[in-house]
Order: sequence, then structure tokens, then C-alpha cells
Amino acid sequence: MAKESTKNAGDYFDELRRTRVWRSVFRSGTGSSTLHRALAIQQNVFLHLFPTKARRRMASFSATWYLGTLTFGTFLILVATGIPLMFYYHPSVPQAYADTKDFQFVVSSGMFLRNLHRWSAHAMVFLVFAHMFKVFYRGAYRPPREFNWVIGVVLLLITLLLSYTGYLLPWDQLAYWAITVGSNIASAVPVLGNKIHFMMLGGNAVNANALLRFYVLHCMILPLAALLFVAIHFWRIRKDGGLYTHQSEPATIASKSTSTQPAGEAAR
Amino acid sequence: MSDQKDFTAGMDSNARKSPRRVVFVTRRTSAQVKVTDEDQIQTYPEILFRAVVAIEVLTIALVLIALRFNAPLEGLADPTHTPNPAKAPWYFLGLQEMLHYFPPVVAGVLVPGLVVMALIVIPYFKVNIEADGLFLKDREKRLRIFYIVAVGLSLFLLFPKFDPRVEEHFYVAFVPTLIIAGLMILASRSSPQSSSAFRRYLAARPLSYWVMTWFLFELVVLTVVGTFFRGPGWGWVWPWQPY
Repeated sequence: MAKESTKNAGDYFDELRRTRVWRSVFRSGTGSSTLHRALAIQQNVFLHLFPTKARRRMASFSATWYLGTLTFGTFLILVATGIPLMFYYHPSVPQAYADTKDFQFVVSSGMFLRNLHRWSAHAMVFLVFAHMFKVFYRGAYRPPREFNWVIGVVLLLITLLLSYTGYLLPWDQLAYWAITVGSNIASAVPVLGNKIHFMMLGGNAVNANALLRFYVLHCMILPLAALLFVAIHFWRIRKDGGLYTHQSEPATIASKSTSTQPAGEAAR
Repeated sequence: MSDQKDFTAGMDSNARKSPRRVVFVTRRTSAQVKVTDEDQIQTYPEILFRAVVAIEVLTIALVLIALRFNAPLEGLADPTHTPNPAKAPWYFLGLQEMLHYFPPVVAGVLVPGLVVMALIVIPYFKVNIEADGLFLKDREKRLRIFYIVAVGLSLFLLFPKFDPRVEEHFYVAFVPTLIIAGLMILASRSSPQSSSAFRRYLAARPLSYWVMTWFLFELVVLTVVGTFFRGPGWGWVWPWQPY
């Protein structure tokens, strides 16, 4: 009895990690050495986007405020809440509105899912802007990171489009007129304005075609585009030399080192 | 082999910090490798753990908000009944506020297009890379350019004043510009040796800082005004005024 109780949960986990099945899934092997920990990143299709090491001062809260991480967090929440919402939603008029009402009164936890999806969407737009300004004031957009900044601008636009297309889906007065106001701006483009407006909405005004188009963009095309660009965005952090703060920039955390840090050296 | 080699060889001997690494440094690039032995941590588990904790805290906060506040849902969409005011999502209200002052082709197409282009171009501008105080070099020339840009921008922002269709409050977009321009003039009259920490700070700000701060200031002011201070007919209301 006493002998068995000395085996704790960690031991069972270690045993599990040594099994053939586990080893066939995770190729980095077992062990807690620096090498194994590096392999855990490098040998994983998702994690290999990241560098295996990072500067310690970049892990402090004041360096980044974790704004990029948090933005990605809202994206994960939006995917996790968006898929169950899709199960109950028909992108047709006026069924879309009835389905949205059902989230309030019929679907179990429907109200909570819709609330979480909506507030997370607002949070994502806010966090993307905050992330952009923080990166700017840190000077982290400077070479060799200039192209990752451009990808960030693309991600900002994708985020705005994601939020904007999602805005129409409840098909209530708020949604309808917000999209009407927004899409009218497209008509102001010289020469092609009305054509663009028509293509966007599938008609001359917000109607059932617009709802379907916005639905497809919101649930399929834009999330996939976001995922692709997020992957490049993360990967470029590694390729461009890891998270970085220019030491002469304001609000830089006090660094222990004294000499200047060249760009693109470490953690490739 | 008495002539000087054009490279030096070194080896990082701290095996705990880095795998064995031999570097060959040509003289031209030696500045690139004059690097601090910066303390590094491993992504797994340290960075990933922090990221997961950060996302968990965010999730808890958003779940609490979702439990407490319901997402708005109004009546069924009715194309025959326009609400007054009809507002875009909050992040476009800065744009909508500008549409109140300028013709759609300016406020809806030209300005946002220029903003996106400017954002993309930022890191490719040499002036931004230097990160020197704006007025520390070529002071006279740069001041002259600054005055021309500031006056031009002010005229552009005051343009709605002469448009009879726009009534009051045209200065919403103008005041932030005025404040930033004032700070820039103060910066041009400050030196990095100033006894005031604030003026030392201003003197060291590069051009990119001023442009971005002006943009951020305008964005926040226009969005806040569009969200909280606009009522029926896009007229001015106070946030506490019901309409």
C-alpha cells in the first residue's frame, strides 16, 4: 500500500510519454533537457513557427503587454464560439433573425455563446489596434521586421472585415443600417464605386444576397485568410530574429546589458 | 601567412546557454556580432506557459462580461424604416464622423486609402529608421516644412467651416491637430539638454512618432465623438442626453 502511494501523477505521465503510441505521435522524445525542450518546439508542425528560445526581457509584461498573444486568444475564442453558432444559423431572410432570436430563448447557452462571440469580436478589433500602436512605439517595426509589419497591416484589415461582415448576420435593424451606412462609402470610389458597391452586396441595397455573401466571407474565406496570415506573422517573428525592443525607444524595459543589440541575431 | 586575416574566429564557450557555435567575423560586419550575452529562456515551457496563462485570464474576463452583458438585438431589419441616427460599427465611427465634414470621396476613399498606404510605408522610410529627434538636425529647413504642412493641414480641416451644409462642431478634427502642432513647436524649441524631463522627451521624438501620435489622437477623438456625442441628424448630443 505504502509503496504504491509513492507513485504520483507525474510518474504516470512520464510512463505514458515513454509508451510506443506516445512516441509515435510526439517525435521529440522524452526528457527535460534543453535539447528536448528545443525539439518540442522544432519538431511540432504548429509550434515550429516559433523560435525555440526568446530573450528573457521580452517575456516581461511591460515589453509587449502580451497584446499579440491576447489578440490570437480572442481569435481562438471566436472560432470556438463561432462554430456552435453556425450549427443553429441559416443565412437567409428572415430566418437569420429568427435564428438569432432562438439563441436568446431556445438554444441552451445560446445567449452566452452569442454574447461571448460579440464581446470577443469587439475585443479583437480593439486589441489589434492596441498591438499595432504598441509595436510602433516600441520601434519593433524597423528592419529587418518591416515586412512583418506589413503583414500586420493586412491582418488589421482582415480583422476589420471579419468584424464588419459578422455585424450583418443577426439581420436586425442595428445590423442592417450599420452595413448600409458602411457599404455606401464604397459607392464614393470614383468611376468604379457603384460596381464595387453592387459586387459587395450582390444588389443595389443590403438584401438576402448580401447576407449570404457576408456569411460566406465571415465563416469561411476571411477566417482562412486570417489563419494563413497569422501563421506567416508568427513565422516571421522567428525569421526576423525574435521579439525585439530597440533599446533607445521609450518605454523599453530596463535592460541588464550595456552594448547595443544588433538586429536579427539571436533565436533564429 | 604574416598578412592580416580579414576575419576573426571566436567560440562561445558557455555550453549551457548555447549549443557550440563557431563564428567567423569579417571586419566589415563585426559590428553585427558585437552582441550582448543576453539572457534567454526556452519557448517550451516558459513562453508557452505565459502565453497560455495570458489567454486564460483574457478568456475568464470575456466570459464574465458575456455572462453579465447581453449582446444587443433590435427588431427585424426593415429597409423602409431608417433609424436616426444610423451608425456604423464603432471602429468605423471615426470615418463616419469625417463623412460629416468632407465629401464621401475625400472622407470615405481618399483618407482611409492614404492611412492604409502610410501604415504600409512606415518601416520603409529612412527618416523613421534613424529615430533622431525631428528638429535636432537641419532645424531651419525642417521647421519650414513643418509650418507648411501644419498650415496646409489646418486649412484642409477648416474647410468644412466654409461649407454651409455643415453647422457647428467642425473643429472636432481640427483641435487634435492644433494640440499636436503646438507640442511640435514646443519640441522645436526644446533641447536634449533641457532641465525639464518633458521637454527633453519632446526634443528626442522623431518624425514617425509625431505622425503616428497625431493619427492616434485623431482616431481616438473622432471615434469617441462619433460614438458618444452624435445623435439624430448627426447633431451634437451629450452622452447623458437621451434622444
